[in-house]
Amino acid sequence: MSWIDLAVLALLGTGLAFYGAGSLGLLRFPDTASRLHALTKADNLGLGLVALAAALHWGSLAVAAKIALVWLFAVIAAGITSQLLARQARLDGTRSHPDGDRP
Amino acid sequence: MTAAFDIILCLLILGTAGIALFVRDALAAIAFFIAFGNLLGLAWLGLDAVNVALAEIALGAGVTGVLLILARARLLALGDDATCADTSAWLRAGALAACAGFVLLLAAAVLSIPAESGLDRAVAPLMPGLGIENRVTGVLLAFRAYDTLLESFVLLGALVAVWSLAPAGVWPGRPADLGMADGPMRRVAGSFGRFLLPVALVMATYLVWAGSDVPGGAFQAGTVLAGGLMVSAIGGAIGLPRSDLPGLRVALVLGPLVFLLIGLAGTGFGGFLVYPQGLAKAAILAIEYSLALSIGATLALLVAGPNVIGPAGPAGGAGRNSGC
Repeated sequence: MSWIDLAVLALLGTGLAFYGAGSLGLLRFPDTASRLHALTKADNLGLGLVALAAALHWGSLAVAAKIALVWLFAVIAAGITSQLLARQARLDGTRSHPDGDRP
Repeated sequence: MTAAFDIILCLLILGTAGIALFVRDALAAIAFFIAFGNLLGLAWLGLDAVNVALAEIALGAGVTGVLLILARARLLALGDDATCADTSAWLRAGALAACAGFVLLLAAAVLSIPAESGLDRAVAPLMPGLGIENRVTGVLLAFRAYDTLLESFVLLGALVAVWSLAPAGVWPGRPADLGMADGPMRRVAGSFGRFLLPVALVMATYLVWAGSDVPGGAFQAGTVLAGGLMVSAIGGAIGLPRSDLPGLRVALVLGPLVFLLIGLAGTGFGGFLVYPQGLAKAAILAIEYSLALSIGATLALLVAGPNVIGPAGPAGGAGRNSGC
């Protein structure tokens, strides 16, 4: 097993740990704000580490650049949607919502 | 991919499908349906069917998911509680029998195909004449172009059907504003839309161009374009166009029309949808680019729904044309 393989394994493991923690937080945390807090860890660090592992594994600059783009768009989309979710949760908290939806 | 991964993926697909079917809450069912579509896309990827995987995730999970969420919101607005009512045991038994019969037929059909007799062998020797490398595009746009031509008209017909639901007083008007009501949310979504729409345009152009040689094509590109348009409309970055805008009408029919005209021109070269020797790639690209534009505009307007704002209605949006 080469050093690259070991690095890929370590990055994947750490990334998955962040995903696991994020999912656990999503399930166990009591309100929307803290759930979002947990999710952003999975989205930013978890995906970043897994993307880094994938880029190292393929070992090609072109593939790495594409993976970096995927990661960038995922992070931007996650940032936007968490802002929208947080705002909606705040609005729902200050006035009664007939729908009764809880994210 | 290893067997363990395949088995886990199969279980996840069956599990999400089951939950989407049996859960009572419509929103939960839709969420599981979207997860199901994404997992199914992974399964297609595992079968090396990258074109199908792209289409499944973009159309099957993405656009259909958005349509279902909007349909639920409209049902709630109409006073329907959007949960499934109890149906009679006979109806359920009948549905079960029909579905089971269909699955058995499908399984029998799939299992009856010998493992070595994929279309690949028949198509491969014909590809050099087209000047493109992607065999799926070859089948869709050349060897079975008839199917794709009809599909593009079906999509247009679906939009006509949705538009025909508009009340008489609001024609020719525009669909309900997709933009978010809350100011700060609208601004956040709007800046995202303004960022995403040009990126979606570049991405869609790339997907059509790459679709000649690697997975991609008009339907995937059209869906990416529609996604960009929808996000922009949700953020109020673009307004939805009046449905009688000439530019919009051109964008909607351009794809099917160019396809049909090139197909008719083929009668001069030996038959309907026959491409002239040496010009096959040019013809296919012309059809695919116009199809992508039409599919993008059509999908976005399908999501927007029928007209509800009359011609003299509230002046929201500048009536900018979507997509062109």
